[in-house]
Amino acid sequence: MRSELTRFPIVKSLLKNRWLQLLVFFVILAGFLFAILSGFAGTPVGNNNFSIVFVWIAWWAILILIAVPFFGRGWCAVCPIPLPGEWLQRGAVLEPPARKPHWLDLRWPNRLRNIWLQNLTFTLVALFSSVILTTPKVTAVVLAAMLFLAAGMSIVFERRTFCRYLCPVGGFIGLYAQVAPLELRVKDKRACAACKDKPCYNGSQVGYGCPWDVFPGGLTKNTYCGLCMECLRTCPYDNIAINTRPFAADLAKPSTRMDETFKAFIMLGAAMIYAGVLIGPWGALKLAAYSVGTVAWLGYAAAFLSLIFGILPAFFTLGVKIAQRFSRSSAPQHLVAKFATSLVPLGLMFWITFSLSFVLTNASYILIALSDPFGWGWDLFGTAGVAWQPYLTALLVPVQALTLVGGLLWSARTAQKVGAEVKASPIPVIVFCTLATLAMLGLLL
Amino acid sequence: MLAGLAGAVIAFAPLPVRVAPPTQRTFRVEASQFAYSPAVLMVDPGDTVTIELVSTDVVHGLYVDGYGVSVTADPGQTARLTFTADRSGSFRFRCNVTCGALHPFMIGKLQVGSITLLWRAIGLTVLAALVAIILFPLPANVKAA
Repeated sequence: MRSELTRFPIVKSLLKNRWLQLLVFFVILAGFLFAILSGFAGTPVGNNNFSIVFVWIAWWAILILIAVPFFGRGWCAVCPIPLPGEWLQRGAVLEPPARKPHWLDLRWPNRLRNIWLQNLTFTLVALFSSVILTTPKVTAVVLAAMLFLAAGMSIVFERRTFCRYLCPVGGFIGLYAQVAPLELRVKDKRACAACKDKPCYNGSQVGYGCPWDVFPGGLTKNTYCGLCMECLRTCPYDNIAINTRPFAADLAKPSTRMDETFKAFIMLGAAMIYAGVLIGPWGALKLAAYSVGTVAWLGYAAAFLSLIFGILPAFFTLGVKIAQRFSRSSAPQHLVAKFATSLVPLGLMFWITFSLSFVLTNASYILIALSDPFGWGWDLFGTAGVAWQPYLTALLVPVQALTLVGGLLWSARTAQKVGAEVKASPIPVIVFCTLATLAMLGLLL
Repeated sequence: MLAGLAGAVIAFAPLPVRVAPPTQRTFRVEASQFAYSPAVLMVDPGDTVTIELVSTDVVHGLYVDGYGVSVTADPGQTARLTFTADRSGSFRFRCNVTCGALHPFMIGKLQVGSITLLWRAIGLTVLAALVAIILFPLPANVKAA
């Protein structure tokens, strides 16, 4: 079922070409810097400001509806945030230089080599999201902070430490990248085992060691491969392949890590909360989420944290405990982590249905912001006067309903496969997923 | 096959409809940053709906998804929107005049007739869960939980 795309010389040549990658980087970095500039200098009205419209409507739509489900970490491959820091760290923009600059080049501490910090940074962003999503200056501050933090970390630590361990977006992209029908893998693991210098990890004259701190020979899932193509350039044995594959192939190897398990809970809960707060008709909830620092906001934050760190994990664990009573299985913690794999397709479908709601109703702002990015009355492309118009709203609700039901079937099938592997009944997990889906239906429809 | 048939029945079978003669319904809806009050309007199919939109702070609008009709109210003024609710279902209505930070999320709900689609979606969800539990085999050495 796998098909190697890199067997086509043109594909391989394009993927290895540093100039093409640099061109894409420059375009996206320019857009990113422009988003920061417009956030600081443009109108404070979010839906008339390039920063809000292009980051939270256009980019978000591309990310969650296309990039992640079909290309996994495809966005990470072109993300501009680590670039300035990486160029500084390498002392070069293209090929490795003759002399490497002397930065601290520290290893990231062992205790933090997991995605708990990413869980924390995503939760922090999510708690303040009603403000970040709607206030250009705050969006600009967040984007600039990520740029500077990534640069700072690049000159202190080795490789892309920010992307791998801190980026609030990178954590969930990695989680959902497991469903993508695209992967980077080695062709023959024996060749990697026999390779002495391991230039894919350590770098060579033709390319850099894996910026994501991954040894490609050990790759079994997409979660931590940033698709940067360095290993494709450095492998002396032509042993790296980009393959198409069936959707969700990685879920056949359930995770046993609690940091990844909690990422699944956080994403599932956050999608439900956003659906209720942002898409629902409850004005008091919206104001509570927006009024940072007030008693109402503290209540909202407490409810948010309780759901994602308390209620969802507690009910899920209860379900797994019930399943465990009927099995001869491994340690309970591993059982929870393994069964949480079934939340990956469910969570992704929750995010897709939630995102469809606001992307389709707000997409027309893209045309307006394109012509008048600062909200200063410009009309660069003649589209500044386009009237706001929601798109495809008649189709929205049926599509959302079918997507959620499809997500449930997908997650139930995943739970069945996990159950077969760990020799435990998946029924309680399927019941959990069903209840979550019913709650999401109630919030969205 | 049976599951597909059951799904088709749940998705498309006509449901009993309470037939009420069309009537005139008027709602006074207060709009303020960033909510409508009342936020949920319920009418019967065929009703003539009049929404009296009153803005209590800044200029607000009200656009009804699926119907494509809208109205704008200046602060302190009442604006009227009248239309015939000739499409059944659940429709969002939303502010269509930029009114502040949370403007894109200032949303209400118009319910025309019973919440058929939600019930159908719930039915499909439960069917999907049952199909997963009944049709996919459990591991041989696991008792049914």
